Amino acid sequence: MLKINDINVYYGVIHALKGVSLEINQGEIVTLIGANGAGKSTLLKTISGLLKPKTGEILFENEHVAGKVAQSIVKRGISHVPEGRRVFANMSVEENLELGAYLRKDKKGIKEDFEKVYQLFPRLLERKKQLSGTLSGGEQQMLAMGRALMARPRLLILDEPSMGLAPLLVKTIFRIIEEINQSGTTILLVEQNANMALSIADRAYVIETGKIVASGTSAELSQSDQIRNAYLGGH
Amino acid sequence: MEQFIQQLVNGISLGSIYALIALGYTMVYGIVKLINFAHGDVFMVGAFIGFYSITILDLGFFPALLIAMTACAIFGVLIERIAYKPLRNATRIAALITAIGVSLFIEYGTIYIRGAQPEAYPNNIIPLKSLDLFGVKISSQSVLILAVSLFLMILLQFIVHKTKIGKAMRAVSHDMDAAKLMGINVNNTISATFAIGSALAGAAGVIFGMYYTKIEPLMGIIPGLKAFVAAVLGGIGIIPGAMAGGLLLGVIESLVSAAGFSLWRDGVAFVVLILILIFRPAGLFGKNVREKV
Repeated sequence: MLKINDINVYYGVIHALKGVSLEINQGEIVTLIGANGAGKSTLLKTISGLLKPKTGEILFENEHVAGKVAQSIVKRGISHVPEGRRVFANMSVEENLELGAYLRKDKKGIKEDFEKVYQLFPRLLERKKQLSGTLSGGEQQMLAMGRALMARPRLLILDEPSMGLAPLLVKTIFRIIEEINQSGTTILLVEQNANMALSIADRAYVIETGKIVASGTSAELSQSDQIRNAYLGGH
Repeated sequence: MEQFIQQLVNGISLGSIYALIALGYTMVYGIVKLINFAHGDVFMVGAFIGFYSITILDLGFFPALLIAMTACAIFGVLIERIAYKPLRNATRIAALITAIGVSLFIEYGTIYIRGAQPEAYPNNIIPLKSLDLFGVKISSQSVLILAVSLFLMILLQFIVHKTKIGKAMRAVSHDMDAAKLMGINVNNTISATFAIGSALAGAAGVIFGMYYTKIEPLMGIIPGLKAFVAAVLGGIGIIPGAMAGGLLLGVIESLVSAAGFSLWRDGVAFVVLILILIFRPAGLFGKNVREKV
């Protein structure tokens, strides 16, 4: 579904991604694990069009999308929930969700998706008219995810959905991610919480200083001593 | 008392002109964090387009207003595309200096094209009548100014809060990257903001010409600066703030004149700016936002 071949991304003179390749198949949950500054968010931003790779190609459903503007990436069916949620704090929950469906014209479909999102996150329905800046961190995460789903994506990209959330809430969020996946949406998940991520993912990639250093099924990587020591607080 | 109410009415008329200009400042600042110093000159261009529409094309007040607004909207978008867009990722000071350059360019470009001589708006565009309201005389012009300004402000509120482009504008002004991730075309949204802000300035220009009669190529400087003060007074980037700030400033000025200090009128606006910057730098409607590190 998504195929990344040997991309190189720079921030000015800093070489942030060095020849990264990665593949995601339809229906999978794939997770990307790595330390702070390894290049995880950079990779996600490159996929969603906020950054342009200098070389290399990105294929989404067999079409070249590297270097295309964010707008056309969203249109093709990739939604990105950014790190730190980035909800529009000055707007209501409902307006945030409307903006998620910004490029869509099918009124009926949008209405259906509103219902789906409210079903998935009943808290958002309760707070429909509330300014999203006044929501708790967990609710804002739900809103950011709901907003992304309003674009009816085929690939959902999640950047650190558990960041700063209480453990119980993290569990809820991960359960919902699985639910979203089961309803047919492919997921690319970036997480600091590698244990949690591996527990729901089919496959995983490990990124270190801009390079993919390991990949495999979640089970394989959970067994690897190297990964356990570096990312799973290995014992 | 009568005198006081009379001055209050004058102040509100003047203030609504400031408010219309201030809206453009504040909307543009809200979305690209640029103080568009050329905005006062768009107001001047609006006044001239209105003037020529009335005198040469022989149109009435409302068609002239519409033509001025449309032309200024296009003009504002051109300014943004040509002068500011290439600098979007440059430092803020570079954009600010460019804005001052654009302002001088428009002022002296206008003088080059049509000369520096002032023009007088024809005073028969709308019937001049005095309305008697509880013993207070209010000119029909004041009423018209107020009605047009109020209508435009309500229309703006509707656009910003209820329409798709308005929501896109608010999203871009809050978080440009997040807006891109929604599929919002940031360039078009910024252009729309310039278009709307400039159209309001154009409307203010026509209203100003009708109310004060005299227009000339450098007429945008002082109202532009005062509208900037009004925008800061209300809280730069906040739309209701610009409306309130404009009205407040207009009323303050009129009352200062009425109290016999008309020579201090222009000075008072800037005293207001200094006071607000000392005591409430975020403006009346603004919240203090700490710079995040």
